[in-house]
Amino acid sequence: MFKNNLSQVYAWLLITPALILMGLFTHIPSFTTLISSFFSTGTKKFPSKFIGFENYELALDDPIFLEAVLNNLWYAVATIIPSVFLAILMALFVDSKIKGRVLVRMAYFTPTILPMIAVSNIWLFFYTPEIGLIDQIAINLGFGSQNWLGDKETVLNCLILITIWKEAGFFMIFYLAALQNIPPELKEAAKIEGASKYYFFRRITFPLLMPITLFVVINATLNSFKLVDHLFILTKGGPDNASNLILYYIYESAFSFLDSSYAATLTVILLLILAIVSIVQFVLFDKRIHYR
Amino acid sequence: MLKKIKISFIGLTTIVFVMSFATKLFSIELNMYYPVAVGGPLTKIVDGMVNDFERKNPDVKVNAIYAGNYNDARIKALAALKSGKPAQLSVMFSIDIYELIEQDAIVPFDDLVTSYEDKAWLYSFYPTLMENGVTDGKVWGIPFQRSTIVMYYNKDLFRKAGLNPNKPPNTWNELVSYGKKIKSSTNSWGVMIPSTGYPYWMFGALTMQNDQVLMNGDGNVTYFDHPNVVGALQFWHDLGNKHKVMPSGTIEWGTLRKNFLEGKTAIMWHSTGNLTTVKKNAKFDFGVAMLPASKRRGTPTGGGNFYIFKKSSEAEKKASMRLIKFMTSPEQAAHWSMATGYMGVSPASYQTSALTNYVKQFPPALVARDQLNYATAELSTFQTGRVRKLLDDAIQSALTGNKTPKSALKGAQKNAEKLLKRYK
Amino acid sequence: MKKYFKNFSIELFSAWILALFWISPLLYAFWAAFHPNEYAIHFNVLAPLTLENFIEAWEQAPFARYFFNTFLIVSSILIAQFIVCTLAAYAFARYNFYGSNILFAIILIQLMIVPEVLIVENYKIMTNLNLVDTIFGVGLPYMASAFGIFLLRQTFKTIPKELEEAARVEGCKLFGILLKVYVPLAKPTYLAYGLVSVSYHWNNFLWPLVITNSVDTRPLTVGLAIFGAPESGVNWSIISAATLLSISPLLLGFILFQKQFIQSFMYAGIK
Repeated sequence: MFKNNLSQVYAWLLITPALILMGLFTHIPSFTTLISSFFSTGTKKFPSKFIGFENYELALDDPIFLEAVLNNLWYAVATIIPSVFLAILMALFVDSKIKGRVLVRMAYFTPTILPMIAVSNIWLFFYTPEIGLIDQIAINLGFGSQNWLGDKETVLNCLILITIWKEAGFFMIFYLAALQNIPPELKEAAKIEGASKYYFFRRITFPLLMPITLFVVINATLNSFKLVDHLFILTKGGPDNASNLILYYIYESAFSFLDSSYAATLTVILLLILAIVSIVQFVLFDKRIHYR
Repeated sequence: MLKKIKISFIGLTTIVFVMSFATKLFSIELNMYYPVAVGGPLTKIVDGMVNDFERKNPDVKVNAIYAGNYNDARIKALAALKSGKPAQLSVMFSIDIYELIEQDAIVPFDDLVTSYEDKAWLYSFYPTLMENGVTDGKVWGIPFQRSTIVMYYNKDLFRKAGLNPNKPPNTWNELVSYGKKIKSSTNSWGVMIPSTGYPYWMFGALTMQNDQVLMNGDGNVTYFDHPNVVGALQFWHDLGNKHKVMPSGTIEWGTLRKNFLEGKTAIMWHSTGNLTTVKKNAKFDFGVAMLPASKRRGTPTGGGNFYIFKKSSEAEKKASMRLIKFMTSPEQAAHWSMATGYMGVSPASYQTSALTNYVKQFPPALVARDQLNYATAELSTFQTGRVRKLLDDAIQSALTGNKTPKSALKGAQKNAEKLLKRYK
Repeated sequence: MKKYFKNFSIELFSAWILALFWISPLLYAFWAAFHPNEYAIHFNVLAPLTLENFIEAWEQAPFARYFFNTFLIVSSILIAQFIVCTLAAYAFARYNFYGSNILFAIILIQLMIVPEVLIVENYKIMTNLNLVDTIFGVGLPYMASAFGIFLLRQTFKTIPKELEEAARVEGCKLFGILLKVYVPLAKPTYLAYGLVSVSYHWNNFLWPLVITNSVDTRPLTVGLAIFGAPESGVNWSIISAATLLSISPLLLGFILFQKQFIQSFMYAGIK
């Protein structure tokens, strides 16, 4: 629109605050993270020095880190699929004219606005063996007690359940928006044709929800790498790292072990993983644009 | 309504203003971080003691900042050193000593005591409590909120199981056989030993009972794969998996007290720092006893020490010394012990009339102190965070049945040696 | 018809079961908070009600101060985000300048690299800027938001250029145009973005945990975390009371303005 020298200056001036802030806290630190990963952490006895790829070798040889990566991948997959499924289900429930849909919608959405750190303590009560809610119910029904968070087999899935609980209602919103955009004529037409509910969903609704699903999946993937709040209260990554996640281990390395260089190395690897996720995103988004 | 908000807003700003002005009147201001790792309103108690100190030392203002658990307190205190509001002293984990020395963050108390009287003060505490605070022949930490692990037991459940309520298990074998009796005749577990939060600490008790310490005095050698250490972990594992007197898997440190108070377990091992809270909340007759013995009795000491940071002025260090002396004085130590269950840190604190009367009415308060005779230092090495985690993970992997105690501890020892190599 | 009716009731039933399950943590928090400690894990309709837990929580930790800090953090982030993002979004929407595409792509990188991931380096930067343990330091990394810029740019693009020309003819300068044309017309976007931002930062934990040290800067989430840390022995009654206290403003806002909330999240997500 404006294409003269003065407007060039204006444009740059307008962007400057955003650029400075973003550069300072996103781009520059990404770069310095990379730099620090090639140095050892300095202490009084052992000053920092250049060590090349030693930190990376340590990381790839670190069973805790590798377990955290594997956990994180499972955590991502196992939260995303049920979240999407439940979110679509919730959206369908709320979109249909069931009784009390406003209340139902509110119930679904409420976890979105609750701080993870606060609800973790409540979930701790749910999971506590014998005196916790789940066990109280299970014992009353004649089942035995289960050490939900104290068992390597169950602990990660317990955290996954919390994350699904937290996110599904959030994703529901997007599906709800998509559903409400389906032209009512289509529904009418389908009714007249005698199409079953299921058929309508499979042929009309579901394809329309696909782009949203893509958005939701990407969002959920990113979340699964950055949401570790509940670990601080519930498991601290244990038992024996069975619920450790990458970002939590980065926090531990930097602030419990005071090894910021190693933490930087892990951060670089995490950034790489995130980069791969975003490349996948761009490829898929490209496809989506071609579709239209 | 709006007017009300306005008034309270003005009130608030005035308070803030006056407060910021008032701080200027003190000649010295100290920031002190401290942790809490047991139940009860401990922050209120610390605040109360600090207020007492300020009343008696009007020239010093102390900001006591509660920073979470031991780990948080260390992180925050170290972080504060780099910020505009550094801490001059803090209560931190007694086992942080090597890490703090390596960071060059703290000064030894030997450099601060000059008079004969002060030097004597350094020797006024229980020697076992000083173990974690001394290295290189210097004193770096002064004991404050110190504990041992004790055995809380539910006398009612003992009676129900036909056991003598005044005869808690004295040996590992008795622990198992009593536990089995309780398990079969009541609806409760025999014993619970927490294995999250501070598993290495509980383990330190078991290994000591099996007559083996976990590390050397210089903090650069660990003994994780010693046969007695392996035996200790085997026993812990067997409690849950072979004898079935304890739930298998890990047991949560934070919820265990509730489990005990609900009568879900007849015995729990926990910090003596929980004593006052248990006393207040138990709806049944409970007892406190020393931990049972295998080859001998044993427990690690635990808890927090006072440290003074290097990055503070001479005047601030002097004021910090005054505060520490006050907080660890016999009267205050006695008060602290009664309010929390932590032990009095010096023999003199048990001679104060207040504590003498208290333990007469409530003998369990003495168990922790008596157990000091069998106590050892808590696991503390260079790279303490990582070494601790190695042991914690090994314990948890054995308890959850993922590795055998032997292979778990072997692995931990190997990795610990790798970490500690450069400190020899 | 009969079949349809049956489907309908199954749907109704499962919708409500799911809703009940979803709201149960909150229901439990209410139960534990309003009953004495001994009933925290025993459910009994006859249990007496009490406000004791709230009083105790309020006395045990400086929640008033935490509220104040959270309020300051959230509002300073919001105001800064509005200003910074509006300016940048306007430039991207209306100026055709050299490097605009590349710059926009560079800014969008922040959608992937959220500040949480960079805690270690950002902490060092804050140390160098002497902003550790300050309210400003908690908010600063979030003040330029790629999401906000993106959202506002999309909205600004839909605003007819004629309106801007008209304002220009009336003698409005750049900021006048922004304030009189763009901001009012993008109100729904601001509302949507604002609600998303407020609920995000009200609940944010990891970065505030790292960067704050003392009561003077700690937001509610961090205060709540160290208050309710399981290490200190879990007391669900008091923790629930504290939890309800700290979420009450957001929860109340949500219940009162449910429609706006949901529409805002919808709007912010769909753009």
